[in-house]
Amino acid sequence: MLKSKMLRYLGKKAIWYAVAFFVALALNFFLPRLIPGNPVDVLVAQMAEGGVASQSLERLYDSFITEFGLDQPLHLQFFSFVTNVLRGDLGTSFMNYPAKVSSMLGQALPYTLAIQIPAIIVGWLLGNGFGAFCAYKGGKVDSVGFTVALFFSSIPFYTLAIILVYLLAVMNPIFPVSGAYSFGNWPGWNWDFISDALYHWILPFSSMVLVSIGGQAIGMREMSLYELTTDYVGYSRALGLKDRKVVGYVFRNAMLPQITGLALAFGTMMGGALVTESVFSYPGVGRLLFTAIRTNDYPMIQGATLLITITVLAANFIVDIVYGFIDPRVRAAQLGER
Amino acid sequence: MRELFLLLTKSRRFMSGLVLFTLIMGFALIGPWFHQVNPFAMTGGLFYRPSDQFLLGTDNLGRDILSQLMHGTRTSMMIGLIAGGAATSIGVVIGSVAGFTGGLVDDILMGFTNILITIPPIVVLILLSVAVSVRSAVVMGIIIGVTSWPWTARAVRAQATSLKEREHVDLARITGFNNVEMIVREILPYMFSYIFMVFILQVTSGILSEATLSMLGLGPFRTVSLGQMLHWSLLWESVRVGAWWAFIPAVICLTTISFSLQTMNTGMDEVFNPKLRKD
Repeated sequence: MLKSKMLRYLGKKAIWYAVAFFVALALNFFLPRLIPGNPVDVLVAQMAEGGVASQSLERLYDSFITEFGLDQPLHLQFFSFVTNVLRGDLGTSFMNYPAKVSSMLGQALPYTLAIQIPAIIVGWLLGNGFGAFCAYKGGKVDSVGFTVALFFSSIPFYTLAIILVYLLAVMNPIFPVSGAYSFGNWPGWNWDFISDALYHWILPFSSMVLVSIGGQAIGMREMSLYELTTDYVGYSRALGLKDRKVVGYVFRNAMLPQITGLALAFGTMMGGALVTESVFSYPGVGRLLFTAIRTNDYPMIQGATLLITITVLAANFIVDIVYGFIDPRVRAAQLGER
Repeated sequence: MRELFLLLTKSRRFMSGLVLFTLIMGFALIGPWFHQVNPFAMTGGLFYRPSDQFLLGTDNLGRDILSQLMHGTRTSMMIGLIAGGAATSIGVVIGSVAGFTGGLVDDILMGFTNILITIPPIVVLILLSVAVSVRSAVVMGIIIGVTSWPWTARAVRAQATSLKEREHVDLARITGFNNVEMIVREILPYMFSYIFMVFILQVTSGILSEATLSMLGLGPFRTVSLGQMLHWSLLWESVRVGAWWAFIPAVICLTTISFSLQTMNTGMDEVFNPKLRKD
């Protein structure tokens, strides 16, 4: 009985995300098609500047049009776009023709995740701890701590990244200026590479984590302040419960909305993370996107944005499920116990 | 209204944010009067250090950084205001209509909103920015505005849903007001302070979105903005050659704007939600 209801909750969530995914697919397909003319024009024009003979240009043009399916009616194009995406085929890069967009993104994704996931989780844990601490202490600690958190959360990720690079890599060359590993090193599961990669990872990671600590701390402080004024806290205190026990309750209740904040963080941090990668020339999805935008590589732009959407949707889905298991209120509501 | 404002002037946090914000606005708006240099004119050489002639040095093309900074702050502010205005209006309209009407309209509007919330805004921003052929500062502001309203709609809806249960709304209904009149007269005025806070948050995030987009290479055409300045410094390696004057001023301006607006916002939050006040 209980199990089937939980399954229904999961099913409902899954359908919800499937719809969101489909809308994202449609946006991903139709928005770039608002471009006047078509992307192939741009590509061929660029090649003409590169001095390719006009006769072969025409042939190139036709073959690109066929290859990208631009000679078909729009709804058929959309249909084949969706089926291709579902098969994991994101098309061919214009600039790195004939490299597949999906394989280029596949190589870049681990680097993006290696920065983002730890940064978000560590930032979330430290930020919530700090926020709750400020709220509980109150007074001077709170007002100073809060201002510091506010300051860090106002700094856009990438500007902190720029400052860190300048201070700790250019002015005082403690850390490498760019890249994910040294020139001449090659990715592999050996200590040489891993230590080198970690060394390159520290700065981009820190630049993101500092800012997200700030944002999370602000949210948590507010939630805790609110919880501290509720009746159950007053009641527990009146009952003479130990401070530690009361704070424990407050934490648990204030924590729950912060889990939703975790899901939101994935979505909102994405933009900043993409730019941070470009600052460090870190070979992730953001770096690919940066280059693709500069070179009008439309299939790559489309592929990268789609990958970002999928990553964020997946993260949200996971958080939703976890939330459903953790929060007794949501669980009860979903299971119809109330 | 006036009481609210008086209350705000007593908040030290709000006032310090406001002072900081006014200073930076003054720098951007009045500054160019005293420093009449075209931000695009190549008046100096490659990365001139700050000197008497170029107070903040020059960039890789020999353009005056101080002048870029003034005009850039102005452009960024303009984009932020347009984006904030657009996002707040769309969010307030959708949210209050959904919350006040309820039923099927509410379901449809909120279903739509919730789907858009799930899709990361940066993705839609990138796709839209790539698609428009003329990306002026105004167009950018609009693009940012039409992608960032969903959470505002959701929050406003929650407020409208609870406000419509109040007695004065029932009274208005008996008087024979139609839905639009009731929303405008009986719902919106009661969340004015909230809407104003939302607007400030939206302006802040609009300015930051401009910077993000510009740094990805999707900045406004033929204009200098704070994001553009940072983009140029990435593209032309001013960080790596150590030309700090080419990027530190833009970083400081961006952070100060954002910090001052956020501070104002928290100040207002403390005034309007007394539960957060700790004194």
